[in-house]
Amino acid sequence: MSELSKDDVKKIARLARLKMEDDELERRAESINGILQWMEQLNEVDTDNVEPLRNVADIELALREDVMNDGGYPDKVLSNAPEETQGFYVVPKVVE
Amino acid sequence: MAQLIKGETGEWEMVIGMEVHAQVIANSKLFSGASTAFGAEPNSQVSIVDAAMPGMLPVPNAFVVEQAVKTGLGLNSKINHTSVFERKNYFYPDLPQGYQISQFEHPIVGEGVIEIDLPDGSVKEIGITRLHLEQDAGKSVHDQHPTKSYVDLNRSGCALMEIVSEPDIRGPEEAVAYLSKLRMILRYLETCDGNMDEGSMRADVNISVRKPGGPLGIRAEIKNVNSLKAVQQAIDFEVRRQIEILEDGGEVVQETRLWDPAKMETRSMRSKEEAHDYRYFPDPDLLPLHVTQEQIDAIKATLPELPDEKKHRFMQAHGLSAYDASVLIAEKARADYFEAAANNNDPKLAANWVINELLGGLNKDGLDLEDSPIKAEQLGGLVALISDNTISGKIAKDVFAEMMKSGKDAAVIVEEKGLKQVTDTGAIEAIIDEVIAENPDNVAAYRGGKDKLFGFFVGQVMKKSQGKANPAAVNEILKEKLG
Amino acid sequence: MSDLTHLTIKNALEGLDKKEFSAVELTQAHINAMESTRELNAYITETPELALKQAAESDKRRAGGEAGLLEGIPLAVKDMFCTKDARTTAASHILENYQSPYESTVTEKLWQDGAVMIGKTNLDEFAMGASNMTSYFGNVINPWRSNAHDKDLVPGGSSGGSAACVSARSAMGALGTDTNGSIRQPASYTGTVGIKPTYGRCSRWGIVAFASSLDQAGVFARTVEDCALMLQSCSGHDPKDSTSANIEVPDWSNSFNNGVKGMKIGIPKEFRVDGMPDEIEKLWQQGADWLKDAGAEIVDVSMPHAKYAIPAYYIVAPAEASSNLARYDGVRYGLRVEGENLIDMYEKTRAEGFGDEVKRRIMIGTYVLSAGYYDAYYIKAQKIRRLIVEDFKKVFEECDALLTPTSPGVAFPIGERMDDPIKMYLEDIFTSPASLAGMPAMSVPGGLNGEGLPLGLQIMAKPWDEESVFRVGQEIEKAANFTALPNLLTKAAA
Repeated sequence: MSELSKDDVKKIARLARLKMEDDELERRAESINGILQWMEQLNEVDTDNVEPLRNVADIELALREDVMNDGGYPDKVLSNAPEETQGFYVVPKVVE
Repeated sequence: MAQLIKGETGEWEMVIGMEVHAQVIANSKLFSGASTAFGAEPNSQVSIVDAAMPGMLPVPNAFVVEQAVKTGLGLNSKINHTSVFERKNYFYPDLPQGYQISQFEHPIVGEGVIEIDLPDGSVKEIGITRLHLEQDAGKSVHDQHPTKSYVDLNRSGCALMEIVSEPDIRGPEEAVAYLSKLRMILRYLETCDGNMDEGSMRADVNISVRKPGGPLGIRAEIKNVNSLKAVQQAIDFEVRRQIEILEDGGEVVQETRLWDPAKMETRSMRSKEEAHDYRYFPDPDLLPLHVTQEQIDAIKATLPELPDEKKHRFMQAHGLSAYDASVLIAEKARADYFEAAANNNDPKLAANWVINELLGGLNKDGLDLEDSPIKAEQLGGLVALISDNTISGKIAKDVFAEMMKSGKDAAVIVEEKGLKQVTDTGAIEAIIDEVIAENPDNVAAYRGGKDKLFGFFVGQVMKKSQGKANPAAVNEILKEKLG
Repeated sequence: MSDLTHLTIKNALEGLDKKEFSAVELTQAHINAMESTRELNAYITETPELALKQAAESDKRRAGGEAGLLEGIPLAVKDMFCTKDARTTAASHILENYQSPYESTVTEKLWQDGAVMIGKTNLDEFAMGASNMTSYFGNVINPWRSNAHDKDLVPGGSSGGSAACVSARSAMGALGTDTNGSIRQPASYTGTVGIKPTYGRCSRWGIVAFASSLDQAGVFARTVEDCALMLQSCSGHDPKDSTSANIEVPDWSNSFNNGVKGMKIGIPKEFRVDGMPDEIEKLWQQGADWLKDAGAEIVDVSMPHAKYAIPAYYIVAPAEASSNLARYDGVRYGLRVEGENLIDMYEKTRAEGFGDEVKRRIMIGTYVLSAGYYDAYYIKAQKIRRLIVEDFKKVFEECDALLTPTSPGVAFPIGERMDDPIKMYLEDIFTSPASLAGMPAMSVPGGLNGEGLPLGLQIMAKPWDEESVFRVGQEIEKAANFTALPNLLTKAAA
C-alpha cells in the first residue's frame, strides 16, 4: 500500500465532492497517510481463507408486500428544499 | 448470417452487446411503498425513503423479486439462490441517496439464452449474461430555465431489471430482432410493459468492429437508444464512425456516447464520464437476498406459454406458415385473439383474416387490438360463414367492413342485408340464361375460341346476383351452358 | 436543585403512581435543571414547552388509568434521532435547520409508552468522535471535574450530551446511538449506565445513518434497571428496517435481581493493553472479584483478533459513512452553498457543511472503496471482522458474559488529542469488538479514579442475551454502590 500524494487526495476529494484548497490537500494527505500506515497492522493477520463478513445480523432479509401505501405528499418531500418551484427541486443547470 | 460492412480496407464485422433496462411491473417501488404509475405531478409519487431523507431505510418489494425470477426463467437463465444488493456511488441531482442500489457481483439471475427471429426466416441464439435488479433514478428537466435544472423524483426508486446480453449480435437487424424478442418475452411474462415511449424499456448498445474472425475491437457504449428505429440508426452510424477511425489509422476510444436522434449521430459524453469510480460495496442496510428452490419452482409453475413455444405450436397444430405464426405471436393478446377466432374453424383461414383484414383494418383506423369493434368470437363467426359457403370471400369483405363499423355479428349483417350466397342451381341457371341471351356476340366469340371471355360471363352473372351466387356453381353451370 | 431530579426512573414511576407528584412537576424540575446546567452545552435544542404539554397529557392518561411503561418520565434524545417536534441536526452545519417530517421508530415507541421529550442532545458531528469536540454546536462539558486540575473535561462521545445530561440530572434517561462505543465510553466518563443492545434489537429507521452495519440505538440512565426499562420500551421488530430482527423482546424486568450465581464470566486477556493505568487494571480485577463473591465463576478467555478491531473499524465505518453522507448534497434539504455550477455547488456545500473529522472519514471511506484499493482495505477489514465474530463465538462457548474495562482512560481535558486522530480512535479500543460483532454491551460505573473521575466496567454477552448483560451489570452496580455525584451538582448543593 503506497503513500497518497497531494494529487491522489485531490482525486478523492473530487470523488467525495469536497472542495479543498492546496494547503488543505497537503494537510489531509499527511493525516490520511498516517492513518493508512496504522491500518497496515491488519496485514499481520492471515485472512486468505476467510469469507468477508457482510452483516452481523443473523437474520433473513425481510421483504414487503407490493402495496402502494406511501408517497402522495409532495409538500412534505419538498418542505426542507433549499430551492423549489412548481413541485420540482431546483438545482444549478446540469450540463450534459 | 453475419452481416459484414465493406470499408476501404476490406470487410468489417460488427460485435454488439446490449444492456436493456426494463421497468418491472409492480404497484410500488423497489424499496418503498410509493406508486410507480407514469405521468403524475412532479414529486407526488415520492416517499421519504425515495427522497433519501436522513435515517430512511430500504425494504425490498417481494413481488419485484418474483418478477425478476419469472423473467429469468423466461430467458432460460439460471436463478441465483443468493444475490446481494450493492451501492453504486456517484453524485447526480436525480440520484437522491448519492448512490444507486443495484446488484453487482451477485445478480439475482445468471446466464441464459434466447432465440431471435431474423428477417430471412432463420433463427439465432443470443446469450444472456445476467439480469439484476436496481433502482431507477429520477428525472432532471433541463429546458425550463436558462440556468437551472428541475428535478422530479417520481421515477426515483422504481424497480428496474438490467438485462445484459453477450456480445453475440452481429448487425442492426439482429439487434432489432433481439430487442423485439426480449420485449415480447417481457410482455408475455407481464414483468415489463415494454413501453419504449414512456421509457419503461431503454437500451444501451455496446458496439465494436473487427476484421472478420480477428481479435475483438475497442467498444463504445451508446446510451439513449430508445426505439427500435434508433437501435438500427445508432448502430449504422456508430459502426461507420468506428470503421472510418480505424481505416484512417486511428484508435477507437472506450467511452460512453449519446445517441442524438435529431442529429442522427452519436457523440461523446466525456463530461459525465469524468473520473467515475463507483465504489461498489454491499449495501449495509440490506442483507443478502435468498430465493429458495421451492419459490423458483412455484414461479415456474405460473409461467405462461412463451412466444417461441406458441409459434411452434401454431405451426404444428394449426399448420400455419412460420411467417403467419410469428406475426400472430408478436403480441400475446393477438395470439389469444387468433386462437379464439380459430376455435372450431379453419385455422389457416382464421389466421388470414386476422393478419390481413383485421390487423390492417385496425391499423387504418388507428385502433389497438383491445379496442377492436370486432371481438375474436365475432371474427370466428365470419370465418365460419365463409367456410360453410354461406357467403363468398368477396361478400365476406363487405360484411367485415360493416362489422368494423357497427360491431354487429356477421350472421346478423348477412341476414339483414340478404347477403346469403345463392347455391340454388335453378336460380343460378336462370341468371345464366339471361346473361347468355343478352350477349349473343360474346357467346359466339367465346364459342369461336376466345376462352378469355369466360371471365366476362362470370362477372356478369355475379353482378346480376349482387355477388351472392356461389362462384363454384356459377363456373360449373356456365361451362355446361356455353359448351 | 429539586430532589425529583435525583430519583431513578423506577422510583419516579412509583411516585407518580402514588400521586406524590405529577408528571408536570417532574418535568418542570428537569426543565429547571436543564436551564441551570446550560453551561454544559449538553443540549442542541431544548423543548421545554413540548415537554410540559406532553407531561400534562401524561398526567391525564395516568389519571384515566392508562399509564404506559415510561408514563411521565422526562427523557433526552440524542440529536441523531429524527423527531417531528424539534429539528434534527446530527450536530452538523449541513443539517442545522433540518425539520424532519417524520418520527424515528425508537422515539415513537418511547412517546407511545408515555415518555416526555425534554430536549435533543449534543453529540460529535454525525456521531463521529469520542469527545464531543466535533459538534458544530460546540463541545459538551462533562459535569465531572478532576480534583488534580481545573480544566473542563470532555464527556466522551459521541453521545456526550446524552451522557452529560443524565449525569447532571437534567434528564432521567437519554437515548444514544453506539457505532463503536458512542454510548459506553461516555457512560464510563460520566458515571452513568449505558447499554448498546444487540445489532438488530432496535430499529434504525429515522436515525441519521453513520455506519449502517454498526449503528445501534441504546440508552443511558443512572441504574441498570432504568436502562432495562427504557430499552424494553424502544426495542422490537420494525418492518421498516430490513436489519431489525423479528425476535421477541423478553420482559427484562423478570430477570432483575436474579444474581450471577453459577454464571461463567470470561476475562479476555487481550484487553490488557500496554499503557493502561493501574487503577483501571485494579478496577477490572475488583469487578471480577465482586462477581466471584456473588457466586460467578471467573474464567480466562482469549480473543486473539480483538486488537485489530479498531483499525478494521476505521475502514468499515468510514466506507459506509462516505456513502451514507452522500445524500447531503444541498439538493433536497439541508445547507446549500451556491456555486458556479452544479459540481461547484456540491463541493462548496459539503466543504462548508461538514466539519474536519467528518471530512477526514469521508475521504478515508472514499479511498478504501475506490478501484484498486477495495480488496486491500474494505474486504480485508470485513475478513478481520469475521475473525472477531468467530473469536466471540468461541469465548461464548466457554462463558456466559465477558467483563472488561469500558475505556482505557478517564475523561480528558477539552482540546486534547484533537491533533492526533489515532490516539482519539484508541479511546474505543475496548468497545469496538462488540460493535463489529453486533454483541450487546453495557458500561456500568465501577468507581472513581484517584482524581475523583468515574470509571466504567463493560459487560458483553451473546447476541440477543441482554438479560445476561443486565444480570452481571446489576451485580457490579450493587457491589460498587456508586453514589458519587458529579462536581457540578455537589458544587451547586454547597
